[in-house]
Amino acid sequence: MTDIADRLVDQVMTARAASRPLMIRGGGSKAFMGRAVAGEAMDLSEHSGVVDYSPSELVITARAGTRIADVRRALDEQGQMLPFEPPEYEGRATLGGALAANTSGPARPWRGSVRDALLGTRIINGKGEHLRFGGVVMKNVAGYDLSRAQCGAMGSLGVITELSIRVIPKPELETTLVQECNEATAITKMVELCRQPRPLSAVCWTGGRLYLRLSGAEQAVASTIGYWGGELLERAADFWRQIQEQTHEFFEGETPLWRLSVKPSAPPLGNDAPVLLDWGGALRWVRAESSLTAMERYAVSAQGQASLYRHGDRNGEVYHRLSPPLRALHQRLKAALDPDGIFNPGRLYSWL
Amino acid sequence: MYSSVTSASSFETRKKLLIEEMAKFLPSDSIIADEETLRVYECDGLSAYCERPLLTVLPDSVEDVQKILKLCHRWGVPVVARGAGTGLSAGATPSPDGILLSLARFNRILRIDPEARTATVQPGVRNLAISQAVEPMGLFYAPDPSSQIACTIGGNLAENSGGAHCLKYGLTVHNVLAFEMLTAEGERVRVGGQGLDNCGFDLLPLIIGSEGLLGVITEITVKLLPSPDAAQVIMAAFDSVEKAGDAVAGVIAKGIIPAALEMMDRYAIQAAEDFVRAGYPTNAEALLLCEIDGVREEVVEYVEQVEGLFRELGAVAVRTSQSDAERALLWKGRKSAFPAVGRISPDYYCMDGTIPRSQLSYVLTRMREMSEEYGLRVANVFHAGDGNLHPLIMFDANVPGEFEKTEEFGGRILELCVAVGGCITGEHGVGLEKIRQMSAQFSEAELEQFHAVKDAFDPGGVLNPGKGVPILRRCQEYRSIGN
Ligand SMILES: Cc1cc2nc3c(=O)[nH]c(=O)nc-3n(C[C@H](O)[C@H](O)[C@H](O)COP(=O)(O)OP(=O)(O)OC[C@H]3O[C@@H](n4cnc5c(N)ncnc54)[C@H](O)[C@@H]3O)c2cc1C
Ligand SMILES: Cc1cc2nc3c(=O)[nH]c(=O)nc-3n(C[C@H](O)[C@H](O)[C@H](O)COP(=O)(O)OP(=O)(O)OC[C@H]3O[C@@H](n4cnc5c(N)ncnc54)[C@H](O)[C@@H]3O)c2cc1C
Repeated sequence: MTDIADRLVDQVMTARAASRPLMIRGGGSKAFMGRAVAGEAMDLSEHSGVVDYSPSELVITARAGTRIADVRRALDEQGQMLPFEPPEYEGRATLGGALAANTSGPARPWRGSVRDALLGTRIINGKGEHLRFGGVVMKNVAGYDLSRAQCGAMGSLGVITELSIRVIPKPELETTLVQECNEATAITKMVELCRQPRPLSAVCWTGGRLYLRLSGAEQAVASTIGYWGGELLERAADFWRQIQEQTHEFFEGETPLWRLSVKPSAPPLGNDAPVLLDWGGALRWVRAESSLTAMERYAVSAQGQASLYRHGDRNGEVYHRLSPPLRALHQRLKAALDPDGIFNPGRLYSWL
Repeated sequence: MYSSVTSASSFETRKKLLIEEMAKFLPSDSIIADEETLRVYECDGLSAYCERPLLTVLPDSVEDVQKILKLCHRWGVPVVARGAGTGLSAGATPSPDGILLSLARFNRILRIDPEARTATVQPGVRNLAISQAVEPMGLFYAPDPSSQIACTIGGNLAENSGGAHCLKYGLTVHNVLAFEMLTAEGERVRVGGQGLDNCGFDLLPLIIGSEGLLGVITEITVKLLPSPDAAQVIMAAFDSVEKAGDAVAGVIAKGIIPAALEMMDRYAIQAAEDFVRAGYPTNAEALLLCEIDGVREEVVEYVEQVEGLFRELGAVAVRTSQSDAERALLWKGRKSAFPAVGRISPDYYCMDGTIPRSQLSYVLTRMREMSEEYGLRVANVFHAGDGNLHPLIMFDANVPGEFEKTEEFGGRILELCVAVGGCITGEHGVGLEKIRQMSAQFSEAELEQFHAVKDAFDPGGVLNPGKGVPILRRCQEYRSIGN
């Protein structure tokens, strides 16, 4: 529960003067993600604590090193929650890390990603300036949105020091329906069910079973169960936590874990590798000893992108490669925020 | 060629050279150069800011837009993109030494994919046309600015437009999956994708809302949502604005997220009622419109709860729509509130500040005091659920000095919004209009950071120059005037 922003600014200034790279670290929970990098550690975990929380405004502001688990507990007391259900990774994941790594859970297609819930940030740029973008209100279109642009940048566009996030009331009721089917049928069903105005909040397929989570007003959930029918899943909260935290048995073992973000209605990828479908088909986890090039090809045929999420070779590229004009924009934007290239060099792409 | 343009002392020479060059690839009906027709493009919805461009061009292929941009980049000629020109911040006001690039001819819906729930459209497609096209499939495009019959989806992206229903469904940025953009140098880039997440920097939210300063958007894929099973709107009248404000907080505190939650004050109610006869109680001080949508059973349950809550919190009248026709009528009054105010005053000036909901009563009271101080009436129409105010200052442009007084009053309202923790614009953008107030919301280092981002995308500074971010030297002047 301390504010060490001044110290962080000093560290950036010193690193800049010495042209020494910094490796930004939140909770160390996602060290497995991204590319491996070297540099002086910049530890955000001490820069933590809720700065302001007004339940009636549906907004929470907290320092970047605040653990997601702590935020969840504070919101829980008021019957509220983070809409994007980020993984907590054994309680170590931080709010800043969730934004930097763009991690959202099963509800993402319906309740949005971390970017969608983000209202504002404070950031230290590569010149050591502590800046504020966005704010605490729902709508704000003044200036370029440099808050949301941090999403997925893996810390390479600045040090996030504070976040303001829109929260939502917890649903009155949550129930999960489950049915047996193969992957192709599951995709067809997902597409069909997601087109209906029903209170879905998660749709996942794994191990030959399709899981449909319904959340909302009691009446809405009850009427949908009546309408769709199907078997109710017991201990459903545990199942969804395993999907959110990637602790489900599908995620066990050392085989490389690929994450494909694709068009939800795309047919099965057509390789034999084990697959888990989340986000109503828009997210496909694949376990395979494969190359990025091969996985990129599968992803592109499903109109999406691939990344190597965990395990495998973390010295080569791990994220879907960008087109040359996009790559040029990345380099220029990076230089605009971090002119000396001191933040997490090479963590996102070898050339960035 | 290059040197002859840059050294051309008169706009006429530059204009002639541009016409010559453009005529090499654009048909003659795509180049507008005569003064009379150019007047159509002088301003957007904020007519206080007028400029005549050298030329207006109306290309109909991305390749031609690319050629136009490459030429303008090479010659350093300013380019201002224009959708329907309904913007309210002088964002599409032309540069007098540049060209106006109208995207009006990019008006085709390219693909609708009901299975993936997306539509891919050209930038000049009107907002409402998307929802109309997908309605038979049981889908809709959520952001619904009041100008949706006219405004374009390209303009919506540039402004990150909202609407009454963004309380539940989000702004434009939450409802766009991908777009194709031409950079200032004419390079074609694709941002986003058909999936939800993408690798690399998240350029999508950076470019959405950037007011045409970072690129020209040429194709857009939007998300579509299943049309709700049922929707009802509850109208509640209150005898004080404070009570209505408390009722807004009450709904949110109950854990209900309405599809829309809008407020109007006395002037706005009267003007709207005179205009469309929606059945608003004209003796009320404040009116709330609260729309609940979802599964039928859920709507019934929540409507009952909200009606009860409004009565408990002192509503003097509560009425709930019993048919879609009645719901449409209740909304019609709200959606035509701007033109309705236009009928009771020679001119009006629409502001767009956003505040934390808890500050509503305070800000409205302060605004009333300022209204007396300036001797100018203010009608208030706003997206109460998300704290986005639209004070409409009524004035008469024919009275010398009254517009200047109005602008000053408006500026003070925005500064008040910043002071209570809000911001200067919730959905209309900065444009030329709010450029002074940018230095109330941002520090010099922050503004400098914006300029660095602009340079990264548009090193030559040709896209919509002079808008959105103030030049730093000016900020110091604004601040010293303010003191
Ligand atoms: C002692 C030590 C040992 C390490 N060992 C390894 C190792 O074996 N292998 C390895 O790959 N890495 C290792 N790292 C690197 C480090 O764990 C990760 O780079 C980083 O900690 C991941 O962030 P996180 O765990 O906090 O997770 P998160 O907090 O979830 O962060 C994920 C990503 O977000 C960035 N980030 C987090 N917070 C912020 C913020 N506030 N602002 C901007 N960016 C932010 C991080 O840089 C990272 O890229 C080690 C670091 C330390 C200090
Ligand atoms: C009566 C009325 C009611 C309104 N209600 C609302 C409301 O409820 N919510 C709301 O948010 N707004 C509202 N507006 C404001 C306005 O309609 C929106 O800002 C709208 O998005 C502008 O769209 P347009 O096509 O008219 O854009 P224009 O006015 O033509 O342009 C707006 C900006 O976008 C840029 N631009 C346009 N097209 C492109 C492109 N393809 N690529 C790059 N840049 C581009 C322009 O350069 C300019 O900066 C209202 C306006 C009026 C007149």
